[in-house]
Amino acid sequence: MLPTVVERPRRTVADLRCERGRSQLQTMCNKVAVVHVPDGFLDAPTSVATGVLAAGTVALALRKARAELDERTAPLAGLTAAFVFAAQMINFPVAAGTSGHLIGAVLLAVLVGPWTAVLCMTVVLMVQALLFADGGVLAIGTNVTLMGVVAVGLGYGVFRLLRAALPRTRSGVLTATFVAAFLSVPAAAMTFVGLFVVGGSDVPLGPVVAAMGGIHLLIGLGEAAITVAVLGAVLAVRPDLVHGAAHLRSATALASRRPEPAGAAR
Amino acid sequence: MGAAHGGALAARYLAGTSPVHRLEPHLKVVSVLAFALVVVATPVHAPWAPLAYAGHLVAVLSVAAIAGVDPGRLVRGLVVEIPFVGFALLMPFVAPGPRVEVLGLSLSQSGLAAGGGLLAKATLSVLAATILAATTEPRELLRGLERLRLPQVLVQILMFMIRYADVVGGELHRMRVARESRGFRGGRVSALRVLGPATGSLFVRCFERGERVHLAMLSRGYTGRLPAGPAAAVGGRSWAVALALPAVAGVVLLSGFVLG
Repeated sequence: MLPTVVERPRRTVADLRCERGRSQLQTMCNKVAVVHVPDGFLDAPTSVATGVLAAGTVALALRKARAELDERTAPLAGLTAAFVFAAQMINFPVAAGTSGHLIGAVLLAVLVGPWTAVLCMTVVLMVQALLFADGGVLAIGTNVTLMGVVAVGLGYGVFRLLRAALPRTRSGVLTATFVAAFLSVPAAAMTFVGLFVVGGSDVPLGPVVAAMGGIHLLIGLGEAAITVAVLGAVLAVRPDLVHGAAHLRSATALASRRPEPAGAAR
Repeated sequence: MGAAHGGALAARYLAGTSPVHRLEPHLKVVSVLAFALVVVATPVHAPWAPLAYAGHLVAVLSVAAIAGVDPGRLVRGLVVEIPFVGFALLMPFVAPGPRVEVLGLSLSQSGLAAGGGLLAKATLSVLAATILAATTEPRELLRGLERLRLPQVLVQILMFMIRYADVVGGELHRMRVARESRGFRGGRVSALRVLGPATGSLFVRCFERGERVHLAMLSRGYTGRLPAGPAAAVGGRSWAVALALPAVAGVVLLSGFVLG
């Protein structure tokens, strides 16, 4: 006899397979929340300036990432980029009724190092612009500047500063990550607003800045909560993979098992 | 993931044999970039700007018709613009300058032009990029980027990402099936305690897979470069076809400057 108290599963595996198409559609709609700057939002000098900054950073990152991942750069960074791309599709519940998406800049910087993180974000943004028309093709430089250079750079900087100030423990690393991930989102948003003031239009943006700041503080809280939840899980199972927690690792002290000289025990 | 060969990243690809499909991928990328440049260069505040945008729109829609990209797909491509529609809609309200009355609302003229221009530019560029994605397979696109001298390492990272996006997506989907089969329900904050570790183990699996892929490649003689056949020479005719779109847009822009 089957136990009668077993709750009927809400959906069977076959149902889930059927829902696959629908979930993809939802995913596509959800991805809208990760905003990418389209073409034509910023004027030519601003676009060129951010493009040059992005290209320079990526060129530097291509060289520096070899120090983080040695000659395994291409396969490991590629798989990590595929991970971010997938992780950005997960719909995380954040606070009452609202859900958020990972942007992943700080998560990547702490997991695999800032230079590899810049490369992964760049690649993800390129794929989104070229294969999904999400974010302008001319604005790739601007988007890389916002989500690669600013979010990763500032986030990792804050993380390193706090990591140095906080105790060298797991919770110290997680706290530093939380603050860094939280700040990275409004920082990127405010950089966008700044770029828009410089090179967008002659419209005074006081209310827009206030609105964007407020919204992005909330998005930042979601990003921070998700980042810490994911990082905590990786720290629990494979702390050796976490670039930003390398200082927590210590050489295991080998216990001396040398046998006592014969006769000494008596 | 879908039925299309090539998986999630090729979801926007539409198999076909149109002249646009047959064009070399790097020419298509150059064409889309040049078209976007012309569109962005169209001055927003010029009185003839709406006409010029209409001209660009006709040009890009004709390419879509030649490529056999149906209107529904183009409209779905525009979904990515939605967050910026709000931004653009706000501009007529907050911009200074002379006001006009529209349906009882007092709107700024320059704000209307700026907001409309932003939307028009973004829309045109998204349409062109949607056609590029619909007529070019991800792997072909990668070869195009390689021919445009994107750094080798970046091309390889892109290649690994495109190759493994489906594997990772499949992993994610299996985890979701497993989770929901065990009665998981999302939507509550406590779900973060499940989704966090799930995402964490997805990362660990991806990273470990990367290590295995690297070892497998080393054992097959990988030296940091990927073997590639010699690139076929591109004839002048292909260039002419590829540059037709930006050329038409350029003519529209020029006639605006001359006649406007």
